[in-house]
Amino acid sequence: MPLQAYLTLAALVFAIGLFGVLTRRNAIGILLGIELMLNAVNINLVAFARFRGDLAGLIFTLFTIAITVAEVAVGLAIVIAIFRVRRTIEADRLDLLRG
Amino acid sequence: MARTGSTALALAVLGLPFAAFLLIALVRPLRRAGRAAGLVSCLAVMGALVAAFLAWHGATPRPLLANPARTWTWIPADGGPMATVGVLVDDLSMTMMVLVALVSFLVQVYSLAYLGDEPAPALGRYYAYQSLFAFSMLGLVLAPGFLQMFIFWELVGLCSYLLIGYWYDRPAAARAAVKAFWVTKLGDLGFVAGIVMLWAETGTFDFWTLFKTGVLGAPIAGLGTIMFLIYLGAVGKSAQFPLHVWLPDAMEGPTPVSALIHAATMVTAGVYMVARVFPLFARTPDVLALIGWVGAFTALLAATMACVETDIKRVLAYSTVSQLGYMMAAAGAGAPDASFAHLLTHGVFKALLFLGAGCVIHAVHTNDVFRMGGLFGRLPWVGVPFIVGTLALAGVWPLPGYFSKEAVLANVFEAGRTGPFLLLTATAFLTSFYMFRVVLVVFFGRSVALPPGASGAQAHGEHDGGVPRLMSAVCLALAALTLALGARMALGGSHGGGPRWLPSLSLGLAAAGFALAWAAYGRRALDPARLARAFPLNVIDAAARRRYGLDALYAGLYRGILLGAARLIGWIDRYLVDGVVNLLSAWTLRAGDRLRQLQTGRAQDYIYGVAFGVLLLVVWSRWGR
Repeated sequence: MPLQAYLTLAALVFAIGLFGVLTRRNAIGILLGIELMLNAVNINLVAFARFRGDLAGLIFTLFTIAITVAEVAVGLAIVIAIFRVRRTIEADRLDLLRG
Repeated sequence: MARTGSTALALAVLGLPFAAFLLIALVRPLRRAGRAAGLVSCLAVMGALVAAFLAWHGATPRPLLANPARTWTWIPADGGPMATVGVLVDDLSMTMMVLVALVSFLVQVYSLAYLGDEPAPALGRYYAYQSLFAFSMLGLVLAPGFLQMFIFWELVGLCSYLLIGYWYDRPAAARAAVKAFWVTKLGDLGFVAGIVMLWAETGTFDFWTLFKTGVLGAPIAGLGTIMFLIYLGAVGKSAQFPLHVWLPDAMEGPTPVSALIHAATMVTAGVYMVARVFPLFARTPDVLALIGWVGAFTALLAATMACVETDIKRVLAYSTVSQLGYMMAAAGAGAPDASFAHLLTHGVFKALLFLGAGCVIHAVHTNDVFRMGGLFGRLPWVGVPFIVGTLALAGVWPLPGYFSKEAVLANVFEAGRTGPFLLLTATAFLTSFYMFRVVLVVFFGRSVALPPGASGAQAHGEHDGGVPRLMSAVCLALAALTLALGARMALGGSHGGGPRWLPSLSLGLAAAGFALAWAAYGRRALDPARLARAFPLNVIDAAARRRYGLDALYAGLYRGILLGAARLIGWIDRYLVDGVVNLLSAWTLRAGDRLRQLQTGRAQDYIYGVAFGVLLLVVWSRWGR
């Protein structure tokens, strides 16, 4: 398969992830969207590594996955902390910083 | 024969009072000691007097076309210094220097007694001002150029302000000080403009260079305007109409100050300046004619006001204005010598009169002549000098006032200025009248009960009917000096020229003035109040009592122009300047209020913004460029 196919897939996944981030009202949904966007990036990295024969992309992907795991752990912890205080995790209602 | 004095002595004359001033002003214990500061100041000015006298006495003849000034570069510039400082020691400045040092010395000595009851720090302050004044006035006299003269001119103005406001906690004194300062500044505006214009035309401030260009060189463009502006400075300083209003109010200062600054020296600075730069004035006959008319008019106007005044110091102040008018009239008639001679004699006998008045005030604690009376028996050692001064001012032979006034009248007459001459003769009559009025009321009138405080000062134990001996001694010294000056002028054959009938005319006028005063205030054959109600006199009387409305006019102008302008500027400040600022702040507030709506606090809205921004960047980078 040509490189464009991978890139198209990655773009689609990124767009779906962004859509999720922008439209979900549940904070966990937003986190899931972020995961999709990150994975789209991973696809890009792997695809370029494969087509250019450069192992650096693969190694970078491993780092990204590890960091993503950490990020999700922190993100979920924050969501739980917010839920304890506000009794909700609906993003629209978390607007304490409104001007 | 033109003569030049020693530069070193002139510098000593200048330096001694300045050193005294620095010493008193900077050394705090000395200043707060009061009397010690006074002694330092007196010693310094005595040294200056000795040096001035030596310079005058030991002056050497000089060639007619030699520069009598010794100057040093002050502001260097390409092609010769832009400004110089130095001393000009010729006949005019030497004589004036002796007069200034002499009167300064006598007044400072007199002040030791007159202000003896003042608190010590105030007395120290007084002597600091006195020393500064002596320095400034001598610097003015010795100035070899307009720039230096102007600097000292302003310094004496400052000293005058400080000394009029010596009792600054009295509102009247504080107001009088400010008034004197502002009114003279009005004239000084013209003075400085004239100096700058003259410099722009000729490129020099130096008198000697100016005279050479003025007399030998090409005509200076716009000299008439320039000299008129310079004359304005003299109008302010020498209290000429219409800027004479500050001088009577200046009497709020201590009497010795009035004697020194507002009679003998500072107010004559204008006359001195006109005499000093007369070679330039001589080339502008129109300005001279104006000077003559204004001088003569001032003389008459002030004399009428002196006739209705009841405050003894104010009578003398108006008399000073009047005599300054005489001097200016003589200068205007092209006779700076006569003008200067009158300045000298007037300086001596007017200082005498003021110091005499100071003794009287010290003894009876009032300024109102009608609350004094019959003082001759009590204060003979004040009365005799005062009468000598009065005779001199009235112009009685052989006192110096007679000769100098005679010279003024003769020169004005021979210059063909009939109008000013008539004004001046009328003034001579009035002068004699108002002075004898004061003498008759104060010294010979009905005795008035003295206030109990009058003898309060006798604790010092060396008093002469309520007047410290030192004060009457100074008066006697000045009276002796007046007599000596008169004798010298009489023996020296000082004759002003003029028509043969002139001496009898002026003596006749003096006698007529005396006779009228005698009839009204001595014999009381004539009721002065009824006299003042008779037809042409009542108009003048009423007008003179209101000071011809000039003070009211100035007050009105002040309120109208200055306060009006202040109100206008206040409006501009409030509504235009502040308005712009307020408008900007209102706009900022409103814009902030609108922009606040963007900040929803919801993370997703911000991500929308970021995503949209990235999209825009992509579009721009792909197709926009």
